Formats: sequence, structure tokens, C-alpha cells
Amino acid sequence: MIKAEKLTKRFGNFIAVDAISFDVAKGEIFGFLGANGAGKTTAMRMLCGLSKPSSGEASVAGFDVFRYPEKIKRNIGYMSQKFSLYEDLTIKENIEFYGGIYGLTNKQIKDKGKELIDMLDLQAEANKLVRGLPLGWKQKLAFSVAIIHEPKIVFLDEPTGGVDPANRKQFWELIYETADKGITIFVTTHYLDEAEYCDRVSIMVDGKISALDTPSGLKKKYNAKDMNEVFFQLARNATRSGD
Amino acid sequence: MKQFINFIKKEFYHVLRDPKSLLMLFGVPIAQIVLFGFALTNEIKNSNIVIVDNAMDNASQQLIYKIKASKYFNVGQVFMNPDQMDAAFKTDKVKLALVIPKGFDNDLQHLHTAQVQIIADASDPNTATTLTNYMTSIIVDYQGQLWQSGGLPYNIIAQQRMLYNPELAGAPNFVPGVVAMVLLLICVLMTSVSIVREKEMGTLEVLLVSPFNPFLVIFSKMVPYIVVSLINLTIILILSIYLLDLPFKGNLLLLYGESSIFIMCALSLGLLISTLTDTQQTAMNTSFLLTMLPTMLLSGYLFPIENMPLFLRIISNIVPAKWFYIIIKSIMLKGLGIQYIWKETLILTGMTLFFLTISLRNFKTRLE
Repeated sequence: MIKAEKLTKRFGNFIAVDAISFDVAKGEIFGFLGANGAGKTTAMRMLCGLSKPSSGEASVAGFDVFRYPEKIKRNIGYMSQKFSLYEDLTIKENIEFYGGIYGLTNKQIKDKGKELIDMLDLQAEANKLVRGLPLGWKQKLAFSVAIIHEPKIVFLDEPTGGVDPANRKQFWELIYETADKGITIFVTTHYLDEAEYCDRVSIMVDGKISALDTPSGLKKKYNAKDMNEVFFQLARNATRSGD
Repeated sequence: MKQFINFIKKEFYHVLRDPKSLLMLFGVPIAQIVLFGFALTNEIKNSNIVIVDNAMDNASQQLIYKIKASKYFNVGQVFMNPDQMDAAFKTDKVKLALVIPKGFDNDLQHLHTAQVQIIADASDPNTATTLTNYMTSIIVDYQGQLWQSGGLPYNIIAQQRMLYNPELAGAPNFVPGVVAMVLLLICVLMTSVSIVREKEMGTLEVLLVSPFNPFLVIFSKMVPYIVVSLINLTIILILSIYLLDLPFKGNLLLLYGESSIFIMCALSLGLLISTLTDTQQTAMNTSFLLTMLPTMLLSGYLFPIENMPLFLRIISNIVPAKWFYIIIKSIMLKGLGIQYIWKETLILTGMTLFFLTISLRNFKTRLE
């Protein structure tokens, strides 16, 4: 689904992402870990078509990032670091708006919207402004809206920031359900316990991928009892500090 | 197309659901027009005056009657002694006094010349000058009347002539200024803030990742403000014509056309600011700094550019509002057509294209 080959992004002399290579298979939950400033957001932005790579190659959903960024955009969903729904619109209006942006027909929007509201059990709040929802619900709603057009891949940029552990767990259940439907999940996070939930994890340090394996494989290799230890062994040598 | 309409609908929701925006969009222009209008008209109409009539004869009565009939003056009392007049000034409610000497009628009838004295409270020099001018014109008018009925010429004591604006009313001068300010305020401030807000909220990224064309995102942000600005222009015009009795002389279509160019210019500036700033607060401050201050100081709206030092006169040329102010004044007050303002129109169009090009280019670089 995603293929990156020596993907690089330079800003002047600063190499934000330094020749990273990896593959992500269909239906996989791929975790992208790294300290602040390690380059994970930049890497993700290149794959989404928000940022042009300086060199290297990459394809997303079978389309080359240089040649067909528009085709990629039709096949991906995206949920940003910050909460990405309109707070002054109702739940229904947000669904209608994002559905419309992805070119769904009115009937599709109506059906999908109903399905989504039923699934999240939000019938009573459907016509209320998003502003009033608790953060945990907002995140789940934002995620559901990000996959309303049934993309092949969904990119989540630190989706659970600021959410309490119980809600984070529920959020990950939602991610599992989505992955079961065959949608590929590409998720960046700095919660190391979340890394355990991923099928495979890559750890970025100073713009490079310094480890890539299943969580259990990584723990074995670094002789660690949890992902925290793995991460600290790798990040200890980082020269870049977070922002 | 459907996506586009969908987007515009969403933008209208944002505007209509934010009480602060609504207040800014519709409250500010109406308040400005009404406050400016009434503050100025109250000052000039219905000023309290007193008359010291030492003559108490036929002519003085006629003159006083004429003054009382005028809408500018509110003749409080007719006194016979100067001490009472002094007292009236000191209570601070009287702006002007007219002193008619003894034998006023007699002088007029036999000498064909007479004198009166106008005493104004010059603590507010502008008002004093204006009121003195009004009074003089009433007196001149009265003399003209006497001449017509009498056959023989009467000597004219003072002569005042006011071109274009015989009433010296404030409204005609400030309405074009308010139009320029309001359009700028709405377009620059609201566009920049609304785009930066999406940046702050993280929704802009989501939109940019979507298949929706980024330039359409920008364009659909502009549409609601174009609509709102034109509605505002209409409100201002209706208020000025019906409430402030502003004489509208020019072509309405031309006015709307020119305003649309100015609106586009302001929107492009707003877009430019949004590409340069990252928080709503900075966007707001930058908008104020870049638009409101130069517009107030250098557009000719509050301070005449002709009186400025050369340096400021040169700087004033890059303020879009200066050109728009000239255009709109020419259309509204002088009734001039495009053949008189094509140069200004061209300059404004050029500025619009310039701002639009650099802001779109800037926006594009941000994407890459």
C-alpha cells in the first residue's frame, strides 16, 4: 500500500527526513514513532502530498507521490494532530461538509452519516454543535469522518494527544475495526504504550529510521521488557532535541 | 461545483454562528454611519444661540423670524441686554449670539447699510466658523429679500460663498471614508483571520489533503466576504441617503463595480496576511497595522494629503484606500463618470493583481 525508497526532505541545509525506506502492507496498522522533531510529521506530510520530497521515491495506494499527488488524495484519509472538525458546525454538518469535499453523493452522505452516527451512538447529539462534545468523542468522530469516503489508507498524526487512557483504548478499538475492513492505518504517536497495539513499528531518530519490526521483535532484539526501553535505547544517542 | 457550493455553505455557517463576526460585519458599519452622521449633524443643526435685539423694530423682527425658521439654529431667547448674553455664554450652552444695534431698520431704510455683530464661542473653532458662516448666509439672504421688495439696492455687509457643499455638512465627506474603512476591515481582517483560524484548528491541513483544489479553498473563503461586503455597502448607502440626506449624484452600477475591485484588493491583502501569520491574534494585529492605520492617516479621509510633507505624500500612493477614496468621492459627491477616474481605477486594479499574485504564490510555496 505504501512504499518509500530513500525518501528525503531537506529544508535548506537541514535534513528533516534522511533517506527513509519502508513498506506497508494492506490492512496493516503501521506505527511511526519518534521524539518531537525526529521528522515523523514531515515524512507523513510527504506521503499525503502536502509536501514535495527533495529526493527518493515513494508510492501511496499504488500512485507515485511525484506524478499523481491528486490520485493519492482521492485514496487517503487524514486526521491531523490538532482536532480536525469544525467546532461551530453540528455533527451532521461536519459529516455533510467532509463527505461533500470527497465528492460523495447526497444519498451516500446520508447513508454513511447515519451509519456513522449509529456506530458512535451519537443520535441525540447529531444536530448539536461539535464544540459541546467531550474530547474523546470528538477524536472518534474526527476519525470516523476521516474514513467516510472509504479510503485505502488513513493517516493519523498523533490522534490521541490529550485524551485520557480509557478513551485512548476505545479509540484504538475503533482503529482495529477499521483495519479489519481492509483499510491500512498509518499512525504517528509518541505514546509508547500505543506502539504495542501496532502490527509493526518504525522508530525515527534524527530523521532516520533506526529500527523497524513488530513490537515483539523489537523487544527481543533490544532485550527490553517494553517499548519504552526499546525507545530509550534508540533515542539516547539522538542529537536533535525536541521543540 | 457541488463541492464548491458545499464549501461556501460551510463558510456562511462560520460567519452566521459567530456573534463576534456578526457584530463586526454588521454592527460596526451601522454604528459608524449612525454615530458619525448624528454626531456631526447634531453639532451643526439645532445649535443654541441667543439674539440681543437692541433695535426691536420691524427689520430686526423680520431677521429674527428668518433665523428662527432656519433648521441650523435653535433661538433660545431674545434678550435686550448684553449682560444676559454674557451669562448665557458662560452656562456653555450657547454657541453663538447675534447683536442687532439700535436703529437697525432706520439705517437700512435711509442709509441702505446697517451692521450687526456675530459673536461665537470659539472654544471649538471649527464649530464657531461654521456657525458664523451659516449666520452670515442668513443675513445675506435677508438682504437679498429686502432688495427684491424695495427696488433700491441695499449694501451687502458680508459675503460668504461655499462651493459644492453649501451646507458645510460633514456627511458627504465622511461617508466615502466609512465605506472604504468598512470594506477594508471586513475583507482584510475577516479573510486573514478565517484562514488562519483553520490553520490553528488543523482543519486547513485536512482540506489540503483532500482532493479539493487548494485554490478553490481560498476562493470559497472569499465568496462570503464579497457577499457580506456588498450587503454592507448597500446598508451604508441606504443609511446615508435616507438617514443623513446625503446627495447621491453618480452611477450606482459604477460605484458597485469600483467597490468590487477594492473588495478584491482587500481580500488579496487578507490572504497575503494569512500566509504570513500563524495565529489569529497576529493576523488580527497585522491586519490592523497594515490597513486601518494607513487608511485613517494617509488616505485623505481624515487629514488632507496636500498638507503633508513630501515623504508622506509619496508613501500615501501605496495605500489602496487613497485611490478608492478618490474614486468613491468622485462618483458619490460629484457624479463623475469613468472617464474622470479611469487612472485611479487602473492603479487600484494593478494593486489588486499585484497582491493577488504574491499572495497566491506565497500560499503555493507554503504547500510545498
